Amino acid sequence: MTIMLFLLQDGITNGAIYALLGLALVLVFAVTRVILIPQGEFVTYGALTYATLSSGQVPGTARLAVAMGIVAFGLDLFAGRRSLHAALLGRAFAINILLPAAILALTTSLAGRQHLIAVNIALSLSIVGTIGLFLYRIAFQPIAHTSVLVLLIASVGCHLALQGFGLVFFGAEGQRGPALSDAVFTVDPLRFTGQSIAIYAVTVALIAGLWLFFGFTLTGKALRATAVNRLGARLVGIRTALSGQIAFLLASVIGAVSGILIVPITTLYYDTGFLIGLKGFVAAIIGGLVSYPLTAIAALLVGSVEAFSSFYASNFKEVIVFTLIIPVLLLRSLAAPAVEEEKD
Amino acid sequence: MIAMAQRLPIIGFALVMAAIPFIPGMPPFWIVLLDNIGLSALVAMGLVLLTGVGGLTSFGQAAFCGFGAYTTAVLTTTYGLSPWLTLPLSLLVSGIAAVALGLVTVRLSGHYLPLGTIAWGLGLFYLFSKLEFLGRNDGISGIPPLAIGGLRMIDPGSIYFAIWIAVVLCALLTMNLLDSRTGRAIRALRRGHVAAEAFGIQTPRAKLLVFIYAAVLAGLSGWLYAHFQRAANPTPFGAQAGIEYLFIAVVGGAGYVWGGVLGAAIVVILKEILQSYLPLVFHGEGQLETIVFGILLVALLQLAPTGVWPWLTAHIPFRLNRKRPDTSLALPPRARAALTPDVLLQVDHARKQFGGVIAVNDVSFDVQAREIVALIGPNGAGKSTTFNLITGVLTSSGGTISVLGRKIGNATPQQVVKLGISRTFQHVKLVPDMTVLENVAIGAHLRGQAGALASMFRLDRADEAKLLAEAARQIERVGLTAHIDALAGSLALGQQRIVEIARALCVDPMLLLLDEPAAGLRHLEKQQLANLLRQLRDGGMSVLLVEHDMGFVMDLADRIVVLDFGTKIAEGTPEAIKANPDVIRAYLGAVA
Amino acid sequence: MNPGPSALLQVTGAHIAYGKVEAVRGVSLDVAENEIVTIIGANGAGKTTLLNAVMGILPLKGRVTFAGQDIARLEIEDRVAAGLCLVPEHRELFGAMSIEDNLQLGAFRIAKAEAARSLERVYALFPRLKERRRQLAATLSGGEQQMLAMGRALMGAPKLLMLDEPSLGLAPIIVADIFRTIGELRASGVSVLLVEQNAQAALQFANRAYVMELGEFILDGPAKAVAADARIAASYLGFAQNEASGI
Repeated sequence: MTIMLFLLQDGITNGAIYALLGLALVLVFAVTRVILIPQGEFVTYGALTYATLSSGQVPGTARLAVAMGIVAFGLDLFAGRRSLHAALLGRAFAINILLPAAILALTTSLAGRQHLIAVNIALSLSIVGTIGLFLYRIAFQPIAHTSVLVLLIASVGCHLALQGFGLVFFGAEGQRGPALSDAVFTVDPLRFTGQSIAIYAVTVALIAGLWLFFGFTLTGKALRATAVNRLGARLVGIRTALSGQIAFLLASVIGAVSGILIVPITTLYYDTGFLIGLKGFVAAIIGGLVSYPLTAIAALLVGSVEAFSSFYASNFKEVIVFTLIIPVLLLRSLAAPAVEEEKD
Repeated sequence: MIAMAQRLPIIGFALVMAAIPFIPGMPPFWIVLLDNIGLSALVAMGLVLLTGVGGLTSFGQAAFCGFGAYTTAVLTTTYGLSPWLTLPLSLLVSGIAAVALGLVTVRLSGHYLPLGTIAWGLGLFYLFSKLEFLGRNDGISGIPPLAIGGLRMIDPGSIYFAIWIAVVLCALLTMNLLDSRTGRAIRALRRGHVAAEAFGIQTPRAKLLVFIYAAVLAGLSGWLYAHFQRAANPTPFGAQAGIEYLFIAVVGGAGYVWGGVLGAAIVVILKEILQSYLPLVFHGEGQLETIVFGILLVALLQLAPTGVWPWLTAHIPFRLNRKRPDTSLALPPRARAALTPDVLLQVDHARKQFGGVIAVNDVSFDVQAREIVALIGPNGAGKSTTFNLITGVLTSSGGTISVLGRKIGNATPQQVVKLGISRTFQHVKLVPDMTVLENVAIGAHLRGQAGALASMFRLDRADEAKLLAEAARQIERVGLTAHIDALAGSLALGQQRIVEIARALCVDPMLLLLDEPAAGLRHLEKQQLANLLRQLRDGGMSVLLVEHDMGFVMDLADRIVVLDFGTKIAEGTPEAIKANPDVIRAYLGAVA
Repeated sequence: MNPGPSALLQVTGAHIAYGKVEAVRGVSLDVAENEIVTIIGANGAGKTTLLNAVMGILPLKGRVTFAGQDIARLEIEDRVAAGLCLVPEHRELFGAMSIEDNLQLGAFRIAKAEAARSLERVYALFPRLKERRRQLAATLSGGEQQMLAMGRALMGAPKLLMLDEPSLGLAPIIVADIFRTIGELRASGVSVLLVEQNAQAALQFANRAYVMELGEFILDGPAKAVAADARIAASYLGFAQNEASGI
């Protein structure tokens, strides 16, 4: 019985992280139709950027953000070449060049001089957030109108490239970061660390935040509208490109938050994110890539299945987690078969 | 039909590939590269059929290579079987795995399908790396080489021939398959299942077939790989490899058999260059080739989403004249019940509800033998829904539909067409990148017998010639012979509708259902169409049509049924309908 | 036709193709300020294609100017910003969102205070929408959805409203309602470009009309004159018109 409780606790802690990632995946898919395979890279980037900053060094990701900003700026200029005007130019310059440059400058000047966890977290989030934003601008915005399949393959390409950069920036060695809190509570027989409490709290807060954002702000509603009906959204003047960038920004920040939450309790390698992301992905698929609450519940389930199978059949942990998806996909397909347009 | 002249490029290609190892001074390293290209090309070819032609995206093909490789690895090392004996077993195991996974996978719809393949691809990879008898992460080594008599294919130069013979043979078989009755069924899949099923194609079976075919090709590649490397471990059968195979197919041109081979060449060579030169440029920092590879993937999708092969063939202007089908070959008429009762089709209180909306509300009417009946009504009156109820596309919420006095209940579209009811669609459903002839021949699907295996080995030619002859005859009948070899997508919309009529006629139907056949036709063309339909009626066929052009309908129809808001408001001869006050009101609306 | 200086929308020599198939072949059209113009024609004539291309949903070869600005290369969103608005054939509502959310999003591009005034105006125009403002758009009946689509379009205070088959699949009494509203719009200074198969009703409300067949305009002129044309009476107003006028 005690073992069961321990496993359940473990499962819920992992599940909370998968829930965050699953929610981000659902968000991105709904708004852009991109199945975000590189979500896992946002996790590693967030975690390892934070760990690197905590050890007093400047992470390579800050420079990557600057480089991607330059490419994005070039694309903006190219796309707007027929109707260039000062306002457009200024806006593009501010977002693509000034913003990442400022973050890099700040990172460089602060690295090693201070050890405030909050500052490091803020820097990590802004670095990964800009990378997410530019990733959409560079890789997906030009092909936003193509099929889910083409977007999916592009997404795989992004995953490969980002993972490669991850190895360059962080090396093959695993890293850990400082915990948010060293507190420990005991509710017999379970032991709660401050970190695990933080995981629960942040997950709940983020979910609540997303709910408020989508339910009560015009921007959030515009994002939802894009997800519900792309053409309808464009017809009222919502720029789907902008919606896509916002969705990627949110997803990358959520990914980075997850990474920062787990790096104090697990050693993360440059390629660990992929597997973590995939499990969030299993949850997102169980949620049908549309439902937020279902995804969150599914994530807790995935986390628990993982915890139990790693105890009872540790060799086949991954096999079990990934096979879990198949019957769910089948049920979903049978429940909602693809309908062909056949109007009267 | 592929005439000898069309095989020449393939023979030329085979000869060039056979000559390469004999070029003096050929570096052995290049031969290894070509071996790898051939191995990838086999998998990619399967993906071309599966993804490019059939529209089923799989990220999991590497797992099937694994089945092929591990089967021979276990059987040759643990049980000492001869590699030649394990070849059929490897293919069989891949095939059986494909049946098991395919039964689940092909039922997945939309983007669930590629996601499903990622999931089982990953699951199988972890399974390979955890199973004791497969050697876990270390895999199995000491696999014997292929041998013919005393020739042991140990070096890359000798297995080269085995690999490339397999590639050329598989390319031929695949092309044969695509150019056949079964091939047309497969090519129709990507455009959705409604049109294919309306002509009797069992779409789930066709999907499963391509799934198995692609898996067997991957299994063959895996078998060759195991004897080439003389070892098997999980890494080459993981998710990354599965992604790479799909990439190869997309780069080459996912719709083209030779695109698979070209894509394999491009990607394998590119990776080699990246792996050997990048570290020199960047002083061996990290996994740079993955970065460049990923970036190239994204860039390629943005610049050339259809792949290199179609781009290449568009720039090399060589067109081969297609052989015209011999129209003297006759296809026996479809077996049909004698027309004893005069009532061909009886719709009795048919009803269809979508959520709270009643699209068809207790509609009753019939179609007699040798009669043209028109179904008219404002947009949204439920006319196309009625068509879909009769043809089994939709299941009715109530009422009965009988054909020749027999209730057809909720028959599938495939069962309905077997009864001799064929149809056209309001929104044209042709395969745009197939010729008019090939599109029309889909209509004769049920009148041919040749299966996939017969087609691959060209044992279907007599059957095929008759099908094409029938198709050509119907094209001639509707007056489109001049466009017989044109791609269906290049025709004007009005002509595409006529192609659909020819396709429906290929069924040899007793009842023809036409959904707005005259839309998009010019005046003269409308008259020709009306004459054709009268001829068909006088020849014993019945026609039920939905049409908006009142002049056309009033001249042609024997009887008219008027629907409004899903309800029948009138039925009678054109004269009676013209004078009916309810009809006038429905058409003019309350504002008049 | 001689577009005066007040031409709001002017399309010149428009060609629109789906792949190799040309659906619209070299048509020219203009809409003046405070004018209701209708395009009538059979299914598949190219009417919807033309509207979608003017909105920027489909690519178009030819010139399109709107309020003096060349908009042929602009994205949909920029055309919306210029004051052009389309209520498409399938309405494209945000089904899983409430009526009020749909309307608020219609005013996505305009200032908050102005949006509030717009909302009052739309609710005054369609009181039924106000009654059900918390309801999800997907649960509305066909007629209410059409009202919502028009309401959402009006929220952005467009200069030209393009309506694609607003009467499609609606009961006659509701069609009458919709057309009455279109008439009221003109009074409030919005121009309307109306595509309709219900030629009878369209011609009754429009100032001018174009008749489209197989991707080309075969006739245009004042709505009264078009309605009186014998060819039009026979093909588009339906047999009932002939019979009715013959009685």
